[in-house]
Amino acid sequence: MKVTIQKITKIPVISMALLIVLFSGCNHNESDNSALYNINEGEKTSAEVTEYAVEAPPFSDGAFPCTDCHANFIPNPLKRELVDWHQDISEMFNHDKENRWCLDCHDFNNRDSLRLASGKLLDFKESYKLCGQCHGEKYRDWKVGVHGKRTGEWNGTKEYLLCVHCHNPHSPKFQELTPDPPPFRQEDIK
Amino acid sequence: MKKENSRRSFIKNISLATFSALALSGCNMEIFDEFLQKNFRTLSKKEKDKIIKNLEIKYKEKYGKEFRVSVKLAIDVTLFVYALYLSKCVGFRRCVYAYVKENNLSRNPQIHYIEVLQMDKEKGIDFADSDAQYNPEKVPEKGHFYLPVQCQQCRNPQCVTVCPVKATWQEPDGIVVVDYNWCIGCRYCMAACPYGARHFNWGEPYVPVEELNTELHFLGNRPRMKGVVEKCTFCIQRVREGKYPACVEICPVGARKFGNLLDPESEIRYILENKRVLVLKQELNFQPKFYYFFGN
Repeated sequence: MKVTIQKITKIPVISMALLIVLFSGCNHNESDNSALYNINEGEKTSAEVTEYAVEAPPFSDGAFPCTDCHANFIPNPLKRELVDWHQDISEMFNHDKENRWCLDCHDFNNRDSLRLASGKLLDFKESYKLCGQCHGEKYRDWKVGVHGKRTGEWNGTKEYLLCVHCHNPHSPKFQELTPDPPPFRQEDIK
Repeated sequence: MKKENSRRSFIKNISLATFSALALSGCNMEIFDEFLQKNFRTLSKKEKDKIIKNLEIKYKEKYGKEFRVSVKLAIDVTLFVYALYLSKCVGFRRCVYAYVKENNLSRNPQIHYIEVLQMDKEKGIDFADSDAQYNPEKVPEKGHFYLPVQCQQCRNPQCVTVCPVKATWQEPDGIVVVDYNWCIGCRYCMAACPYGARHFNWGEPYVPVEELNTELHFLGNRPRMKGVVEKCTFCIQRVREGKYPACVEICPVGARKFGNLLDPESEIRYILENKRVLVLKQELNFQPKFYYFFGN
C-alpha cells in the first residue's frame, strides 16, 4: 500500500465530537454541561453530522410517563421488595440486587427522570450516562465503537445502539439464544 | 514425415471448423465471448462495461430478476481490516447465515464462508480440539468460548502465490478476490490456505431465486458456476459502497468490527492501538488483516 502521510490527514475526521453533537440531537436537556457535550462545541454548525444514536427502545405500553400513576402516591424512600406493583420487575431484577434498588437509578421526586449518583436528573434517552457511572470501562469502549454494535457505513453515517437496546436495565446479562444450525458434515453428504 | 503433416492439418482443420461453426451459429456467441474473456485486471473500461451488460442480461434471463453488477474499484487510501471481539462472541452463528444470504452462497451443495469453532476455555485456542458442529439448545455453553474463522485476508496471501493462472489476487484495499471466469478449479489455493477459507463448487450452486441478492459485484457475490473456487471478500459489494459487511451488521452481540486501518479515527484503529489483539497461526507469517481481541 503506497500511502503518504499527507493523504492520511485528508481523510474526513469522524471525531468523538461528532458523535456527541449527534447525541445532542435527540436530547431535550440542553442545559447539560458535561464534558462530553462541550468538546468541539464550535464545530457543531460546520461539522457534517455523521453519527447518531438510534431512538431509545420504547417503554412497555402505558408505562410512561410514570407520573401518570406516581403523581398520586406518597413516595416511600425505604428500600424494599415491591409486591403490589412492578412485580414483573421485582421478579426479574438481577442487577446487584443486594445493594441496589429502584431509587438508585430512578429519581425519588420525579419518576419521569433518571438520576445520577451526583443527584443530577437525566432523561431516559440519556440512560447510557447512568450506566457509565459504574461501567466506565464499557462506557469508554462504547463511545469509540468497540463495545456494542454499529451499523451503517464504515466511513460515513453510523447508527449505534444504546446500552438498553441489548441489556435489560433490570437484568442486564445478555440472554442465551439458540444457535443457528451447524454446517453439513462432509460424511453426511450422500 | 508426411503422416505427421497430415495429422497436424487434420487438427488444424477440425479446430478451425469448430470455431467457425461456433461463430456462425450466433446464439453461442456470448458463451464464446465469455470463454475468451480476458483476466479482469487486464480489461479496459469499455470491455468491462460490455461484460457487465452481458452478465446483467444473462442473469435476468436465467433468474427473471433485475440485477446490478458493479465493478467498482478500490477506494483510495483504504486498507480494510477486521477485528473480532472474542470475549463477546457467544456462537449464535447469525453471521454464518447472513453471509450466505448476502453473498448468494450455494445452499446445496452447502457452502459456508464462516465456521464458528467452539473451544474449551481450559485448552485455549486449539484447532485440533475445536468443535464446529456444536448444537446445544442454548449458547454460550459453560466452559467454552467461540472463535469464528473466515478468510483472514492475509497481507502475504499464499493462495495468490500458488494460483497457476493468476485468477486470484489482492486488491489495493487489501481484499483477496477471485475472477471466477479465470479460475480453472485446480484447488491449489485451497491447499495453500491454512485457515480453510476457500471453498470449491463441487456441484452446480443452488440458490433459491427469491433469496438472491441482486446487488452484485463482479469479484464478489455474482452467481458462481460449478468448478470454481470462492471465498469471503469482506462483502466487496457492500464495503466498496461504504457499508459494513453483512456479518458485522447481523452480529447480535456486536463482536464484529470493521474499518479502514488508514483512517486514524476508525474504531478498528482504536482496537489495534488499545486492545490486546492476536492473529491466528502467526508463525506462518501470512500476516492476516483479521484480528481477534480480548476484553480488558
